[in-house]
Amino acid sequence: MPQVVGVLARRFGDFAAAEDAVQEALIDAVAQWPREGVPANPRGWLVQVAYRRMTEQVRNERARRRREELVVAQAPPDRRTAPPADDAYETDRDDTLTTLFLCCHPALTPASAIALTLRSAGGLTTAEIAKAFLVPEPTMAQRISRAKQRIKASGIPFRMPAPEERARRLGSVLHVLYLVFNEGYASSAGPDLQRVELSREAIRLARMVHGLLPDDCEVAGLLALMLLTDARRPARTDASGTPIPLAEQDRSLWDGEAVAEGIALITGTLARGAVGPYQLQAAIAAVHDEAATAGETDWPQILALYGLLERMSDNPMVSLNRAVAAAMTHGPAAGLDLLRALDADGRLAGHHRFYTARAHLLEMAGDRRAAADDYRAAASRTTSAPERHYLTTRAARLTVPDRPERAVPDQPERTAPARFGRTAPDRAGRTAPDRPGQVVPPDRSE
Amino acid sequence: MKYMLLMQFSGQTDEVPPIDTWAAEDVRANIQFMNDTNKKLVDAGEFVDAQGLAAPDQARIVRAGEGGAAVVTDGPFPETKEFLVGYWIVDCDGPERAVDLAAHVSAAPGPGGRPLNMPIELRQVMSIDSSEEL
Repeated sequence: MPQVVGVLARRFGDFAAAEDAVQEALIDAVAQWPREGVPANPRGWLVQVAYRRMTEQVRNERARRRREELVVAQAPPDRRTAPPADDAYETDRDDTLTTLFLCCHPALTPASAIALTLRSAGGLTTAEIAKAFLVPEPTMAQRISRAKQRIKASGIPFRMPAPEERARRLGSVLHVLYLVFNEGYASSAGPDLQRVELSREAIRLARMVHGLLPDDCEVAGLLALMLLTDARRPARTDASGTPIPLAEQDRSLWDGEAVAEGIALITGTLARGAVGPYQLQAAIAAVHDEAATAGETDWPQILALYGLLERMSDNPMVSLNRAVAAAMTHGPAAGLDLLRALDADGRLAGHHRFYTARAHLLEMAGDRRAAADDYRAAASRTTSAPERHYLTTRAARLTVPDRPERAVPDQPERTAPARFGRTAPDRAGRTAPDRPGQVVPPDRSE
Repeated sequence: MKYMLLMQFSGQTDEVPPIDTWAAEDVRANIQFMNDTNKKLVDAGEFVDAQGLAAPDQARIVRAGEGGAAVVTDGPFPETKEFLVGYWIVDCDGPERAVDLAAHVSAAPGPGGRPLNMPIELRQVMSIDSSEEL
């Protein structure tokens, strides 16, 4: 569908009108196809019908205004005929990409860009998007319509950005897809089931962009990151939606096919050079996914990858994760040292993830009281309900005095003395709830 | 990000008389303001929900008693100094915008068209998932 809209928008230079025309063509299709059979080239059919609709619209406009400078005039004369049914691949490719470039334009706020992308480039209805973001449908309809108005008002043309601008604009597209994926990467249970749809849509769009730009390493990296992260979805929350840390997940529930595809993709991409933040995050996810048990996780490699990422992105969240990886590799004291430096730099002041990470490392080091305090501090600062539940429970477990009869085997930290580093399989990776949002890619507005 | 805007009425400290003692046109202006506010929020793509609550003298306090049976205490509650009049839930870009919206509804017109400047309690609504951007 985005391709059809793209063809029309490019020919007429009016994105909103193209969308309306395609909607009408779809209504025609719903009426005709069941009766007369699906045409041999459904997309070509839609393009032709939508083209006729747009032409009608344009004629009506002309008659009403008796002016000649309307949308058709924006298309060169050789493009005023209906496109051939077997529209060239190049044209499709450019139109789809141009649609994405437009929807993810840096002039839009992330919330608007997400909504417009899902509506115009993705396959979701306004009602579905509204449901996924838990807002009423008229609110979402307005958000989408305002995004379109904003693009129109900014005078952003529907055409491929100039080559020198393309990399930056592609960065915005990838960031929006990443945000859509994050929105959907919630629990697989309860009231947020609708949101899983968002992750699927993000993967579908990333796959499409990868198909269009197979040589772009960061596109491949983002797709691999999504696949490798989404593979863990069935294991990452319990029935009530509470996050389960990576180390405690039932790895037999992971989607082996997605893991294999993600690993193959990132392995092939890293071999080509031009390493970027998405590829590094995908590589880290791959190292986790490759470990048959949490204890077999190759933490030194993860530590090295976070080191590379830290040099590339200067994001305090990356430094936070590197501290955790350092603790898993060299013991909690090494991680706590790095956290002290991070605390002093102030960029994560008061952030719940800082307290969560420090709580885990303090717990590893055997300082139960300080760990419980940090879990509580993190719980009062997070705005995620399942995370608050997880952190509160964690704090409570440390505060309850040891009672041997309740020290069941699945809670070894109650009875076992703390052991550090890679020789402690029961602790490996028990560092934070498993989520993809730990690292934020470069700001899309830059 | 979603925020809840709670409109509090403080019977003791506020100089605002109860709305049923206002002039008719002042009541109309206030209701018009609320409707306009909601429409603006929908147009901005920020509206999630807005409700006004029935007067506190119709309120009842419910507690579970023996065996979970409801024990109901009827109002009015003369000891109630502050009560909730209504609320909005908005989905907006960030805390600054939420503060602006709260200031806007705080300035709803009262008697003589003067702004009420009622206290609006602003609370972030917890998200249902654990992904979150820095």
